[in-house]
Amino acid sequence: MKSTLITRRRAIIAGVASLGGLALARYPKNLPPTYGNLLRMGDTFTYAAQRTLLPGQALVREYSLADLTSFPATGTIDTSGFVTPAMLDAYRQLQNGGFADWRLSVEGLVATPRTFSLGELKQFQARTQITRHTCEEGWTAIGQWTGVPLSLVLAAAGIQPSARFVVFYSLDDWVDSIDLLDALHPQTILAYGMNGRDLPMQHGAPVRLRVEKQMGYKSMKYLHRIVVTDEFDDGGEKGNIQNGWAWYTGI
Amino acid sequence: MTGHARWVRICHWILTASLLTLAFSGIEILMVHPRLYWGDAGNDLTPALFELPISRNYRHGGFEKATPFFSNAAGPTSATRTYEIFNQNGWGRSLHFLAAWWLVLPGAMYLVGGLFGGHFRSHIWPTAKELAPDSIWGDLRNHLRLRIPQASGGPNYGVLQKAAYSFVIFVAAPLIVLTGLTMSPAVTAAYPFLLRLFGGYGSARTIHFFAFVALLLFVIAHVVMVVKSGFKRQLQAMTVGE
Repeated sequence: MKSTLITRRRAIIAGVASLGGLALARYPKNLPPTYGNLLRMGDTFTYAAQRTLLPGQALVREYSLADLTSFPATGTIDTSGFVTPAMLDAYRQLQNGGFADWRLSVEGLVATPRTFSLGELKQFQARTQITRHTCEEGWTAIGQWTGVPLSLVLAAAGIQPSARFVVFYSLDDWVDSIDLLDALHPQTILAYGMNGRDLPMQHGAPVRLRVEKQMGYKSMKYLHRIVVTDEFDDGGEKGNIQNGWAWYTGI
Repeated sequence: MTGHARWVRICHWILTASLLTLAFSGIEILMVHPRLYWGDAGNDLTPALFELPISRNYRHGGFEKATPFFSNAAGPTSATRTYEIFNQNGWGRSLHFLAAWWLVLPGAMYLVGGLFGGHFRSHIWPTAKELAPDSIWGDLRNHLRLRIPQASGGPNYGVLQKAAYSFVIFVAAPLIVLTGLTMSPAVTAAYPFLLRLFGGYGSARTIHFFAFVALLLFVIAHVVMVVKSGFKRQLQAMTVGE
């Protein structure tokens, strides 16, 4: 006679199997592509582990004015080997006009795609924070940043419930993205001020991103376009992964 | 006399592979910025605790003139880097963290197994009798004269050997993992006590380096002792068992 008893062992096996199936079915869309690269698989494992184990919106340590340190400027638009003369010219024109003609465009999965001038960004409730910039190279620097929380800008454009990632484009032609958890983090800001003054060119004028829970290179300088998406966008050949770098750098 | 337990042998070689990969990638990462600091933060424009001449990035000096942020000229400055640094951290960092998972997860299993299975109590932790001055002095004298007993093929260790293993398992390995985690901005956001415990990011990175040096010295001494006590027998005892 065929047994129809549901034993505890069977129930556990069925439960684990369906959980695994759910995870497999749900995960790939939400995880960065690995392109079959073992190192990128490790990055993805670290990302999934940190997202699972760490509380979502804990704040990074904030320092005092007395803790400010000197701050090297690396990957500046005028020293980058990837920047074409036309790109640099366009930037110089914006800079000479005091960035009056600069606009930040917010597009994608938002109710109303919008552009913001520097003045419009400064009308939002500002946030000032003194945080540690942690460079993947091994050095750190403490700076004071003033700007508008990214969450306020996204809310003003009407971010849609299906949104999962935010993609950033810079005037020096970089593309990068972060997930919504980091995008909506209270310390993730669009900074237009540094150490009490306008953000200097060397540090990303007129506006740079600050993603305090990740390595420095995620805090993109020279922002000009933000796109909200529901699918992972690794930035293609201009993004981190295809250039051999980790997309998630919370570690 | 029983040989090494199978789970100990498996852990030993996984952790060996992990530590070698961590050392290799860790040296690459250190070469990218071979300066170490004490305190919260440090960079090329601030004083170092010490510098290591291990890559072309050592004292490269490739910066434009520094300009002060504030009217106080002695205060914080900014300077643009013009030097093309050596940087292979794209694979270096990812390999380091991939290998770190193979230290942390099997290492945690080893700790749990060793604690509750009696391995630490029976084989690793020195007994009160062994810790008597005479016993330590005698073992030390034998080591200094390189009178190393032949391998027994199992975990019956001398007092200095037990002390070295205890130091690695209970001090150096936890320290290197914790200081490593202290360098993660996401981890310290969740657990800020780590930054307080080690006195800041810069200090944690320096302690991480010295814990590596301690583990490196251990590995050298360990390999010398394995060779002196019968390399072939020891290797066999730690792989296929007795």
